[in-house]
Formats: sequence, structure tokens, C-alpha cells
Amino acid sequence: MIDGIVELLRGMGITLSHLFKKPVTYQYPEEKRPVRYRFKGRHELKRYDNGLEKCIGCSLCAAACPADAIFVEASENTDAERFSPGERYASTYEINMLRCIFCGFCEDACPTEAIVLEDKYELSFYDRASAIYTKEMLIVPVPEGGQDTPQITEPGMFDRSIPDMENPK
Amino acid sequence: MDLNTALRELRLLDYLRLLWGDAPWVEPVLDLISIITVSTFCLLIVIFLIWLERKVIARMQDRIGPNRVGGKFGLLQTVADVLKLLTKEAITPVGADWVAYNLAPFLIVMTALLMWAVMPFAPTWIGVDLNIAVFYVLSISSVSVVCLLLAGWGSNNKYALLGAFRAVAQLVSYEVPMVLSLIVPIILARSMSLIGISEAQVLPFALLVPVSAVIFYISALAETGRTPFDLLEAESEIVAGFHVEYGGMKFGMFFLAEFISTLFMSSLFATIYLGGYRFVLGELFNPNYTTGNLAGILIFFIKTFLVYFVFIWIRATFPRIRIDQMLNFNWKFLVPWTLVLVLVVALLDRLVADSGWTVRTLAHLSSNIVIALIALGFARRRAAREKLFEEEFGVAEEIARPMILGSDGHDDHEHDHETHGQPAPAHD
Repeated sequence: MIDGIVELLRGMGITLSHLFKKPVTYQYPEEKRPVRYRFKGRHELKRYDNGLEKCIGCSLCAAACPADAIFVEASENTDAERFSPGERYASTYEINMLRCIFCGFCEDACPTEAIVLEDKYELSFYDRASAIYTKEMLIVPVPEGGQDTPQITEPGMFDRSIPDMENPK
Repeated sequence: MDLNTALRELRLLDYLRLLWGDAPWVEPVLDLISIITVSTFCLLIVIFLIWLERKVIARMQDRIGPNRVGGKFGLLQTVADVLKLLTKEAITPVGADWVAYNLAPFLIVMTALLMWAVMPFAPTWIGVDLNIAVFYVLSISSVSVVCLLLAGWGSNNKYALLGAFRAVAQLVSYEVPMVLSLIVPIILARSMSLIGISEAQVLPFALLVPVSAVIFYISALAETGRTPFDLLEAESEIVAGFHVEYGGMKFGMFFLAEFISTLFMSSLFATIYLGGYRFVLGELFNPNYTTGNLAGILIFFIKTFLVYFVFIWIRATFPRIRIDQMLNFNWKFLVPWTLVLVLVVALLDRLVADSGWTVRTLAHLSSNIVIALIALGFARRRAAREKLFEEEFGVAEEIARPMILGSDGHDDHEHDHETHGQPAPAHD
């Protein structure tokens, strides 16, 4: 019974020691907690270093999507108006964020690593129409030293639509 | 006495008394001034108390607590909450007893405020120096039980009524050890006036009779419905208890009363067991030291808020106990041992009445420690027996006993009378 009272006092000691500890709270809207390395947030469409889009409009992501959230429409590339390497590019690329379940299957299906789930997670809308993210909203800005699309390229330079890639590490 | 002295010594009422002479209207006006001052203070301090409680508990749980309304520390959070409560519609449910339903919240705040009339904040800062102040406090605090029943009955809701029954069971039960433990300092001080008790404490009574202090503290926890005795409105288990039908400021009134009476219980503990407004250390080193009004009020509030902090601290630490545990603890442990304590202290104080304070202190302290150890020993044996029972039969004794005695609680079968009511394990 004496032990019981000691245990009660020990409990009180623990709460008292926590009084002087730093709170673990993140003051969310002002102070954001960094996401983890493999976090799956909002999608981004990537570009090559020269500014060409990685997406070739193959619709594999749309096929892989279990929630049917992705819509892709492809158009032909020409050397005078080139968006991406190879024959075709995505002229329309839309993701309905109300349907997306952030499973990352699109990422896995993509042959060119064009679509990546990145770290943005603040996705809220006032109406359904604004939940549809278009290509302009998803695509990353042109990297430094690159050119915006459409580019004028030399014939025969970007015939291959899928780049040589390293084996996954 | 001029105005400067009056301000310095915080004796404005005496100054006004001198200024206005002894006309018949003077005393009522002065009384009115003190009443308004004390009640306004009590009502306003609640804003701070709620903020303090939320902040301290938050920090103990590694959170920040209110920090948006009213600057970095959220000081005005409670003001915002009260404003919200005030803008709510004042509802009286259909079928409710209009008078009882609407009277209860106001009556409960009034009882909480009335108790402050006898509280000495400083040597001359007291509403009325009643010679039966402790008795007055206890009787007024039992009126709050009536308010709870009024609220539960008036709501026309069976859950509110059940909650009120539970609340009354708890409050009435814990009043017994509270009254009994308060008898001890009354015996020691030979006075029921709070000023008399304060003045009688050469050493704080908490050092003389720690067991009485602890029992009073535990019953004060239960009387004010604080954790671990907050079954009155166990938020995570039942809806709200007796105030389930209340909303808006009528609901706020119950909370207001709870906080006022919690603060009152802290200040009562500070006055009766910690010496109230007296600066004990100063008196020990300098026998001629007397506490002035300003120092007295500071010391009084430091002690009160230390006690109040322990209330919050306990709330942040301990989980709620079950109602059977609560009532068993009261009737089978607290009440008998408080009775023993009262008897021992009464006899012992008679024997050592003529001795000095050192002898008295040592006698009471040692008898208290002995009583505490014996009580804990009994509790330990009981716990061991219950554990044995549970190991033997795979069911707790408290659950098994009604089964053994039959569902209606009567002893239908032939029973060994020595084990009646306390079935011993079958192996002996």
C-alpha cells in the first residue's frame, strides 16, 4: 500500500516533469511539419533539363489508375513544335483530385518517370470544378538553362520517346 | 487615520467608517461594498482560473493550450467562450419544471459565492468573522446538493435525474469524511471561526495533523467533482449528468459555480491547514512578526493558488475511478479512519493540552503517522484478500458477492455466519 502511494506520487512526478518540457505542437498554418521522404502528395509532371516535358501522352497512368482520376489526351509532336521527345505528347492532362486516392500507381506505371507524387498536401476546393487539376497546374516550371515548350528542334534529335534509364537502386 | 495610511494598510472600510461616522446607513453601505467586491472578484477570477487550468493541463500533456485569443498566451480565450455562451438561446425544455429548471443554475452560483463571506483574505479583510464559520461553510456547501437535484429533477429528463442521483450520492457521501476531518483542526484550534483557526496555527495544521489534511483534500476533490472523482459529468463516458438539458449561459453557471467552489476549497485548505494569511516562516524567526493586510493578502493567494495548482495537477495525472470504487473508498476506508483520527486527536489533545507547542506537535504528528500506517496496513490486507479471492474464483469479490447472496441481496441459503457478507476463499 505504501508502494501504491509511491506509485501515485511517481505518476504526479511524471506529469510535473512534462510541465517543463517543450510542447510538441506544430502551429500548423504558420509552421508546417516537413513531410517524409516517400510521402505521396499532389502529383507533378516533370521536365527534362532542356525543358522538354517527360510525359509522352501514353495514358498508361490513366490505365493504371484504380480510381479513374486521370484523363490524358495525346497529340503529335513535330520538330517545329516539340513538347516532348518521341512522337506524341499530352495535349490534355487532367487529374481529378476528388477521385485520386494517392496510391502512386500512376507513378509506377509511367515509362518516363514523368508523373511523381510530391510533397504538397493542401488540396481543398470550394467546388468540384476546381478539384480538376489541369496540365498547366501540374507541370513543373522550366528548369534553369532549359527552354519552354513548344521548342523548335533539329530533326532526328528526339526520335526516342523513352530515355535510357538506370536500373532502379 | 488619513487616506494614505488607509491605502497603504488596505483598510479602506475602516477609513470610510471614520469618515462617515456612525449613522445608521453606514454599516449596510459598507457591507454592500464588501459584498460587491468579493462577489465580483470571485466571478472574475474564474476567467483566470479556467485559463490557468487549460494552460497547465495542456503543458502537462505536451501541448500549448489556448494561444490565439488575446495575445500570445490566449489570456482572453475564456472571455471569448463566455461571450459565445451568452449569445446562445436560453432554452427551457418542453415539460421541464420551469421554476426548478431556471432556479438551479442561479442558486448554485449563489451558494458558491455565499461561502466566501467568512473567508479571511487578510487579517482585517473578512466579510463576517462568524464564530461558527466552518459550520456555516459546510451547511452552505450542502445546499449545492439541493441545486443539483433541482437541476436533475427540473429537466424532465430521466438521464438528468439519474445523473443528479449519482451526483447527490457522491456529494452527500464525501461530506461525511470532510466534516469529520474538519473537526480535527477545530479541536486543535478550539474555535470554529476561520480567523480563530488561522490565529491558532503557530505551526500550520498540515504539519500537525497531515492525515486530516489529506482526507480533507480528498473529500474536497470529491465535493467539487474534480478528477479523479469527476463522475458527476464524466465527459468521456456519460453525456453530462445532471446538466444534460442545460445550454448556453445556464450551463455556464454550473461551470462557474464549480470553479468558484474549487477555488474556495483551495482557500479553505490554505486557511485551515496552511495558516491562511499568516507568514509562518517569518513568525518562526521573529516572534513579534505580525502579518499586515497587503502581505496577508499576498500570502493568502500564494497558498491558495499552490493548493489550486495541485487540484489541476491531480486532474492532469489521475484517471477517473468507478462509482463503486468511489463509494467503497469513502464508506469503508475514509469514514472509519477519519472517525478513529477524530477520537485519537480529541483524547490526545486533552492529554497534552497544557504542554508547549513542541510536545503537542510531536504528539499529534506521531499519532497521525501511526494511524496512517495502521490504516494502510488494513487496506493492504484487504487488497491482498481480494486478490486471493479473484485468483481462486476468477471473479472479483465485489461482483461475486451479490451472486452468492442471491439476486435480491438477501441471504437465502444457510450460510456460515463468520463469513457472512465477506466470503472467504473456499480453501480454508
